[in-house]
Amino acid sequence: MFETLVGPLSYAFFQKGLFVATLSGALLGFIGVYIVLRGMSYIGHGLSHAIFGGFAAMQLFAAQFYILGAGLWGIASALAITNVAKRSKLGADAAIGVITTASFALGVALFAKFGSSGPAFDNALFGSILGITNSQIWWLLVVTGFTAIMVFTNYRALLFTTFDPEVADVSGVRVARTEALLMIILSLAILVTLTVIGVTLVAAMLVIPAVIGRMLTDSFARMLVISTVVGAISGLVGMYLSYYAGVPSGTMIVLVGAAVFLVVFAISGVRGRMRTIGLDSHSERPQREVV
Amino acid sequence: MPFSTGSTLVSLRDVSVGYKHTIVLHHVNLEVTAASFTGIVGPSGAGKTTLLRVLLGSLRAQYGDVERAKGLRVGYVPQLETVNWNFPVTVIECVLMARSGRRVPWAGSTERMEAMHVLERLGIADLAERHIRELSGGQQQRMFLARALLRDPQVLLLDEPTSGVDISTRHDVLHLLADLHADGTAIMLTTHDLNGMAAHLPNLVCVNGHIVAEGPPEDVITPDVLEETFGARMEVLQHLGMMVVVDSHGPGRLAG
Repeated sequence: MFETLVGPLSYAFFQKGLFVATLSGALLGFIGVYIVLRGMSYIGHGLSHAIFGGFAAMQLFAAQFYILGAGLWGIASALAITNVAKRSKLGADAAIGVITTASFALGVALFAKFGSSGPAFDNALFGSILGITNSQIWWLLVVTGFTAIMVFTNYRALLFTTFDPEVADVSGVRVARTEALLMIILSLAILVTLTVIGVTLVAAMLVIPAVIGRMLTDSFARMLVISTVVGAISGLVGMYLSYYAGVPSGTMIVLVGAAVFLVVFAISGVRGRMRTIGLDSHSERPQREVV
Repeated sequence: MPFSTGSTLVSLRDVSVGYKHTIVLHHVNLEVTAASFTGIVGPSGAGKTTLLRVLLGSLRAQYGDVERAKGLRVGYVPQLETVNWNFPVTVIECVLMARSGRRVPWAGSTERMEAMHVLERLGIADLAERHIRELSGGQQQRMFLARALLRDPQVLLLDEPTSGVDISTRHDVLHLLADLHADGTAIMLTTHDLNGMAAHLPNLVCVNGHIVAEGPPEDVITPDVLEETFGARMEVLQHLGMMVVVDSHGPGRLAG
């Protein structure tokens, strides 16, 4: 057992991978609480696909700036989704479906035409622990630190706008600014975790730990802690399983999260399941027209 | 205007407002003063909540002028039906949302004491650590009142405060609001409950796309005004000194 845990650590790539996967899981689990409670689970799925378009384009034209380019692409997509959903008759679901899948299709087209359909493409889709660079680790640390500071200093505003944006607005909270901040944090978090978790699986790590947290507690603060810890554990255990099973890291990280979900689902009983009622409603819909 | 004594807090002049390209309320003139204790009544879709939102400042007038007293503090109690009761917050956490301007996540001892003081005043201090879903309708209403009162509002706006609550709770809420008004808080609320709520308020505004009538219940609750407001003929009876509104078509009975 000891050898099973320590053995892979003799490889530098695994050390980096383990660190990045654990921190990525924690970061996505942390942000996922806000996403899930706002009924925006689908936006995480959509944004990761949108960012893939920017990722592919930057790999071709200015690979050294891919974080910056893909990050801006992701933020622009998030703001476009919010704008389209509010200003047009399209719902948020439809806006996400159009904007992000178009961006994803563009990324696939660029890879097919100019890039390789080999490892780089697969890694972006399903995650890989191979070839994690020091700069990727630094970016992950920067985004995690930024997220922690922003959530700490805007904790109450984020909580109020998540619970009741209309009352928050008339109570002096700058709702539009707070929601834009959350979109920026989400886009950056998806971007820096993309290479380990993968485009297709990032959304799962935003949702699974948060839903587990919701099933286990009725306290917002405790839900944040539980979701972060579950995300980190999923990343850590998933990396070991990925190493021994020889499969992409993202798949194993998500499968560990899903296994924890099944256990909690089974033991939390009716009370736990009742707590998750309403998590599928979308707060991104246009303002209610109550007369 | 009746009951318009005291300093003006919010003033609407020839205001028309709606959503996107549809005007819901036309040419509204209304004044909220420190002495206001007013019920906004009307049928579904008449524009009651829209009027409340204009007063609140969450909806901009498309035409006309809205003036507010400088530094006006407004408290808002939403409709209970619009709240996500599964959201993971306790009563005290919900009340402390009123202090969202603070930069640190946790509440200081002074903040907590202030919140507990308001909860005590409303008689639900012992429920502070309960999850919001575990409260009864009346307790939920008191929790949102506590959140609004923590901002020490000059005017309190309530959207259907007695919708979906039992008679005893409705009675409690009405008395609670009367106490707050006696303490100097202006109160504006929407209601579609003519007998249980509106008839007991000092002042009413009848709305149906525009302001049909404004004044004390004895002047406003008349068959003609009610017909123009609700689009149906109603009779107004007196019973033990209280007004009772009944449908002119009689009780009837559905076949079945």
